Amino acid sequence: MKAAPVTNDIILRTGASIMVPLILLWGLYVLVHGALGPGGGFQAGVILAAGFILYTAAFGLRETKKILTMEQVMVIASTGLFIYAGVGVLAIAFGGRFLEYGVIPLGHSPAEASKYGIEIVEVGIGLTVMAIMISIFYDIVLKEKVE
Amino acid sequence: MRRYLAILSCVLFWAILIYGVPDLPDLGDPDAPANKHVVPRYIEGSYKESGVPNIVTAILANYRGYDTLGETTVIFTAGITVMLLIRRKWK
Repeated sequence: MKAAPVTNDIILRTGASIMVPLILLWGLYVLVHGALGPGGGFQAGVILAAGFILYTAAFGLRETKKILTMEQVMVIASTGLFIYAGVGVLAIAFGGRFLEYGVIPLGHSPAEASKYGIEIVEVGIGLTVMAIMISIFYDIVLKEKVE
Repeated sequence: MRRYLAILSCVLFWAILIYGVPDLPDLGDPDAPANKHVVPRYIEGSYKESGVPNIVTAILANYRGYDTLGETTVIFTAGITVMLLIRRKWK
């Protein structure tokens, strides 16, 4: 029942409390910017997970667990994949083929609809990648039982 | 003896690969077969068909959306596998 060691390094703690919000904001920017420039779901998911990992390094697992529990992480991971597959099935429901975004009635033209479809799918990818990265990190960090 | 045989086979395969290098198309050659098949369609049509200016995203999420769905599933499955193998109980 030994808790994971928590650092008291003031430089790490102060730096992390400044950097974590910026990293998360940057991750969201990369996520929604994927259609316009370099970026996308995979990269954004990793950046968001890096923010949580830095938070864990500075404040300990117990604090991170209060923000994001194990159960929530797995729910987020499943939700991301569900969003992706759900968009594909939605296209079938509107009379297209699987993942044919153009038939979904969003925007004015099929191209615009597929733009929104791509964005939604990227969000799904980002959620899954972020949650799985955090989950693997939790699993590796948990060498012993943490209270 | 086996060691020399291994070195000899390495050198032989290296020589074969080097022999093939001059026949490869130049980097970024527009006439290379890899750049003549679907690439013109992507460059010319991806904005009209997908509505996103980033061609890489258009290919990843639209033209090869099924592939990307599989990739996401692979990541998800990898995470679940790690969870099953090494997760300890939370108290």
